[in-house]
Amino acid sequence: MLIAPSAILVVVFFIIPALQSLQLSFYRVNTSTGRQIYVEFENFTRLFNSREYINSLTTTGIFILVVVVFALAISLLLAVGASQPIKGFGIYRTLLVWPYALSPAIAGTIWALLADPSIGVLTYNLERLGIHFNRQTNSTHAIIFICIAAIWKILGYNVVFFLAGLRNIPQDVMEASALDGANAWTRFWRMTFPLLSPTTFFLLVMNTLYASFETFGLIDITTQGGPGRATNLLIYKLYNDGFKNTTLLGSAAAQSVLLLIFVAVLTVIQFRTAGKRTFYR
Amino acid sequence: MNHATTSPATAFSNHAARQAFRRRVVYPVFMHGLMILGVFVVLFPLLFAIILSTQSSADWFQIGNLVPGTSAAHNYTTAWERASIGRLMVNTTIVAVLVAGGKIILSMSASFALIYFKVRGSALIIGLIMLTHFLPLPVRIVPTYQLLADLRWIDTFQGLTVPFFASATGILLFLQFFRTLSPDLADAARVDGAGPLHFLFRILIPISRTNIGALFLIEFIYMWNQYLWPLLVANSVDTRQVQIGIKQLIATDAVIDWGVLMAGTVMVIIPPLVVLLVLQRSLMAGLSAGDEGIR
Repeated sequence: MLIAPSAILVVVFFIIPALQSLQLSFYRVNTSTGRQIYVEFENFTRLFNSREYINSLTTTGIFILVVVVFALAISLLLAVGASQPIKGFGIYRTLLVWPYALSPAIAGTIWALLADPSIGVLTYNLERLGIHFNRQTNSTHAIIFICIAAIWKILGYNVVFFLAGLRNIPQDVMEASALDGANAWTRFWRMTFPLLSPTTFFLLVMNTLYASFETFGLIDITTQGGPGRATNLLIYKLYNDGFKNTTLLGSAAAQSVLLLIFVAVLTVIQFRTAGKRTFYR
Repeated sequence: MNHATTSPATAFSNHAARQAFRRRVVYPVFMHGLMILGVFVVLFPLLFAIILSTQSSADWFQIGNLVPGTSAAHNYTTAWERASIGRLMVNTTIVAVLVAGGKIILSMSASFALIYFKVRGSALIIGLIMLTHFLPLPVRIVPTYQLLADLRWIDTFQGLTVPFFASATGILLFLQFFRTLSPDLADAARVDGAGPLHFLFRILIPISRTNIGALFLIEFIYMWNQYLWPLLVANSVDTRQVQIGIKQLIATDAVIDWGVLMAGTVMVIIPPLVVLLVLQRSLMAGLSAGDEGIR
């Protein structure tokens, strides 16, 4: 009785739709007539032969890599700094968590202001340095722009988990190594970093999922995949093919299945290495 | 250390004094400087948005003008009216509270049952719930949307909330926490003649307070910031969510009125920020407690 509601919800809203995605990926669907034709792997082979999909795949790969690496490095640095046992540092721990309240869409809106081609304070200052930054016409600039907004948004979340992880490192361990004459630099790499690795790994997986899926709002509110298809990430393409362009339903399902494989691999890696650690979003 | 600074200026005590000075004054001041710089860089965009939300276009056309303007009232009321922010905030609060509360109740009762009654096949059930981790919305988005259309749940609060109720996050969080409790606790309660409900309400829920707080915070912010799902299933103003309201503020203008847009943005950030500030302690405590359970 107590378990049934959860179990039913999982079956109805997760397992059945996922199986339907899988089924749909083998069909060509005509939405106007409702006819479905079994086409085996055609949807998949088409995707891998389409320059648009490969382009989207590469862009997403680069985007994920840049966002995850920088978001983890910056937040680790901030969290380690803020957790120093110095008087008055509590205020930094509170303030640094603030960006956790941001959504990708809001982060995108604020950075769209800072990097606006005509009135943005960032563009203006880059111009003075001789850099002509225009995210609306230059593909590379557009990718840099969404990377920065995406990294900024996730900093608060990462800092929360790093701070909690740092709090769990026994203080006497650190003191002992300080007495042994280890300086801050060695202490960090020999003690803090290894002891923090479960948190880091957990965040690595969560940030990868975030960069792959949650950034949809950021794209939709700022670049809408453009200029051209420069920021057409997989999730944005999936949305367009599945909901804007109704002849591509089968293709959208195939894209879903490929994402499923990607997530499954990530999850298995996480289970293997992290054991029974709890998952949080 | 006091002794070192006041003793005769031998080479040794000079050295010790210098070291103490470095450790107690120079290092903290240096670190404070670094952290102020770090916090400033992280919070600058937010600060800038707040300042801009008070400026008129004449103000923000002077690029880099950081003086607060006098158009705050105009910007905030315009944004409020143009995107029906008030209405959307109510809608989003309903969704976020329902989902956060629903997840807490469902996942707590499920994990309570799994622990307390030693259900047969519990490994299978846990496995089933874990499956949801493999299945984020994008991998099942088209069929889920179809299902909602078949249920006539488009543009309803059911459509915005029910698909989110199942929570592996919550069940794992509570299972893990309950397992760290001594099994004797349930037995002792039984011996004392406490029924399962008594045990749940009088013992389990009170000691799970920080975990409940942590889960509420995580889920509230997660739902408040939903974008893709509301974009698909909540088109009318009766169910529309705040993030989509921001999109409308951009879309309605041929030329973006940045002051109004930033006013809307600031208003949308406030509720999750308040929840974050209130429950931040629970979150940190909940996360730390969870980790102790693993060790």
